[in-house]
Amino acid sequence: MTAMSDAPTQSFRLSMLLYDTRYRGYTIQFIVILFVVLAVGYLVSNLFANLAEQGVVLTYDFLEQPAGYDINQTLIEYNNQSSHLRASVVGALNTLLVAAMACVLATILGVFAGILRLSNNWLVAKLMAIYVEAFRNVPVLIWIIIINTVVTSVGSSPRVFLTRGGSVEPESSLFLGMFAFTNRGLYIPSIGLGSGWLVVLLAFVAGILGFFAWRSYVKKKLFQEGSLLPAWPAWAILFGPVILAMVLLPGALTILRPDVASNNFNIQDGVLLGRPLLALWLALSIYTGAFIAENVRAGILAISKGQTEAAAALGLRPGRIMNLVILPQALRVIIPPLISQYLNITKNSSLAIAVGYADITATLGGITLNQTGRAIECVLLLMLFYLTISLSISALMNVYNNSVRLKER
Amino acid sequence: MNKSVFLGALTVVGMAAGVASAATLDDVKSRGTLNCGVSTGLVGFAAPNTSGEWEGFDVDLCRAVAAAVLGDPTAVEFVPTTPKTRFTALSSGEVDMLARNTTWTFSRDNDLKLEFTGINYYDGQGFMVPTELGVSSAKDLDGATVCIQTGTTTELNLADYFRANNISYEPVPIETNAEAQQQYLAGACDVYTTDASGLAATRATFENPDDHVLLPEIISKEPLGPLVRHGDNEWGDVIRWTLNALISAEELGVTSANVGEIGESSNNPEIKRLLGTEGELGAMLGLDPNWAQQAITAGGNYGEIFEKNIGENTPIGLSRGLNAQWTDGGLLYSPPFR
Ligand SMILES: N[C@@H](CCC(=O)N[C@@H](CS)C(=O)NCC(=O)O)C(=O)O
Repeated sequence: MTAMSDAPTQSFRLSMLLYDTRYRGYTIQFIVILFVVLAVGYLVSNLFANLAEQGVVLTYDFLEQPAGYDINQTLIEYNNQSSHLRASVVGALNTLLVAAMACVLATILGVFAGILRLSNNWLVAKLMAIYVEAFRNVPVLIWIIIINTVVTSVGSSPRVFLTRGGSVEPESSLFLGMFAFTNRGLYIPSIGLGSGWLVVLLAFVAGILGFFAWRSYVKKKLFQEGSLLPAWPAWAILFGPVILAMVLLPGALTILRPDVASNNFNIQDGVLLGRPLLALWLALSIYTGAFIAENVRAGILAISKGQTEAAAALGLRPGRIMNLVILPQALRVIIPPLISQYLNITKNSSLAIAVGYADITATLGGITLNQTGRAIECVLLLMLFYLTISLSISALMNVYNNSVRLKER
Repeated sequence: MNKSVFLGALTVVGMAAGVASAATLDDVKSRGTLNCGVSTGLVGFAAPNTSGEWEGFDVDLCRAVAAAVLGDPTAVEFVPTTPKTRFTALSSGEVDMLARNTTWTFSRDNDLKLEFTGINYYDGQGFMVPTELGVSSAKDLDGATVCIQTGTTTELNLADYFRANNISYEPVPIETNAEAQQQYLAGACDVYTTDASGLAATRATFENPDDHVLLPEIISKEPLGPLVRHGDNEWGDVIRWTLNALISAEELGVTSANVGEIGESSNNPEIKRLLGTEGELGAMLGLDPNWAQQAITAGGNYGEIFEKNIGENTPIGLSRGLNAQWTDGGLLYSPPFR
């Protein structure tokens, strides 16, 4: 007893930093950190010394100068007299657009493929296995290039649709008068806003709110009184107001068809889902979808078979078992890796440059960097952008994860 | 990942700055080869031939410099660079000089800290379209989709030109000439625009060159020339005067055929000074007395290099135009050798 209480009072000796296992860990960590700090410090001071020698100062003034170049897909007003900063914002929005589109599609693909891979149907399960293995094991850059090349060579030139002001008979006409698949991308109709469009929008929002209100009412009824209400009123509440508003205000929303008459080179109006966007979106989605499928499968397999059997014993149909019993539990396993897949999509979207999609790596990190020669400044800004986006996605998904995880009491 | 990119960037910049101040002439001599940055492949200007040897107008300038400095026109390591990577390759020290259709501009000279050492081709930006489009002027291109190499002056000129003429276009940004050619032929764009010489060279490689026309408008000045890093004047002088030697040789009638004996037989003192049979010009550059003779032997004088690679008797078929000697009404005018 005395020996044990004596030990801590033993005076501290320097050699204990090395030989005493209680302190050795700290010593090693300290040394490693010291080296890292020194190495970074050396590089940074070297950088500044060399920059000073060359007479280069880091400055972001160039961001206010006119960019001078044009961008083929702009979500906000932009022309070549706009500043480099605005060009970067255009690029950033394009990055976010393709990342968001790919996250949605990849999730849908992944959930379907993941569930179907566990199907009892041999053919379906094997097809999904082939999808997952084929797409997971080929680099996403290759898929981007493949899709881009396929669209270029399968699609016809937009010229075959053009009437040149009605003077020539076009070789092909628009599908349903609204869609055209060309080697420059997919033309779809756009929606024109007439007077009263705000009413339609409000009706739409009201429908959505009503839909959720109705659902929670149904749930309450079910849990408190045990009576199951029919499903159809939910859909009526969701779509009713919009349809009503559109019937009452016929001019509020109009469909603008792609215009094949006014230009000699390209289809005008409508929305062009450009080939670079298509290639990047589809490639990122099906590639990442394959990973998500595996996460989903793992999540489902993590739920013990007893759950399925118990639910089946209660008389639930397979679809309901999946939706009501398995998936809600599986989500806890699925979401953490899903976060990293979303981060991957965002970071992989920088491969846009391979197909000329104007994301932030192509504008700020490509043309702006090249035309101004401000490499360090541009790269630092780019890093800041991706870091911010990645951390925000993580934060959001963590919030969601906390809301679905097992509540411990 | 992000951190390592950052550190990588710092190291690259650190190294870049370190190399920039070194004496390139000594480096090249002690290495025994010249690292010359050329384009990734533009037939007539710089492209590997069927046996894998680099050939072309720009390539011959690299060879002339190697011959002048090292006495061996084959002692060149060709480094293919895209419009986007070329300046980084030069300032990081990966190449000793660039000879690749690069336009001399104010900001490249002053802001990017590069040093242009002359002009070996006076060019301007043009447009190429398929003949079947029936377009006869660039002003008719409203709404067209245009293939354009990024990181070039042509990208900026294009924007200026369309804005000035109040017409619109859809840019398709592309990295290399080969890719642009492929996209253009696949119909992914209606128009390809770059330096007119580059267009002619690109068109010459098409299966049916006659299916494509160059529009009459030349929308910019593109003085193309070799360049080196800023701050190494001795090395810059070597490139500048090698180019001047080739130009003067044509003016003075020195060719690859007679360069061996004309230094002795001629009684024109400038020829004698140029070829080192009189005076000390080579030593002033830090080179052998016969440096210019070596350079001219490598591929001939300026006119010979032009005719062999891009002249009227080649598939590219460019006429001398602005690139004729000043005595023939062109812009080529070498300062005197004295
Ligand atoms: N002169 C322009 C354009 C230079 C340029 O990129 N030229 C093209 C075609 S003329 C080229 O060399 N391409 C070859 C390649 O992509 O490597 C500039 O300096 O910015």
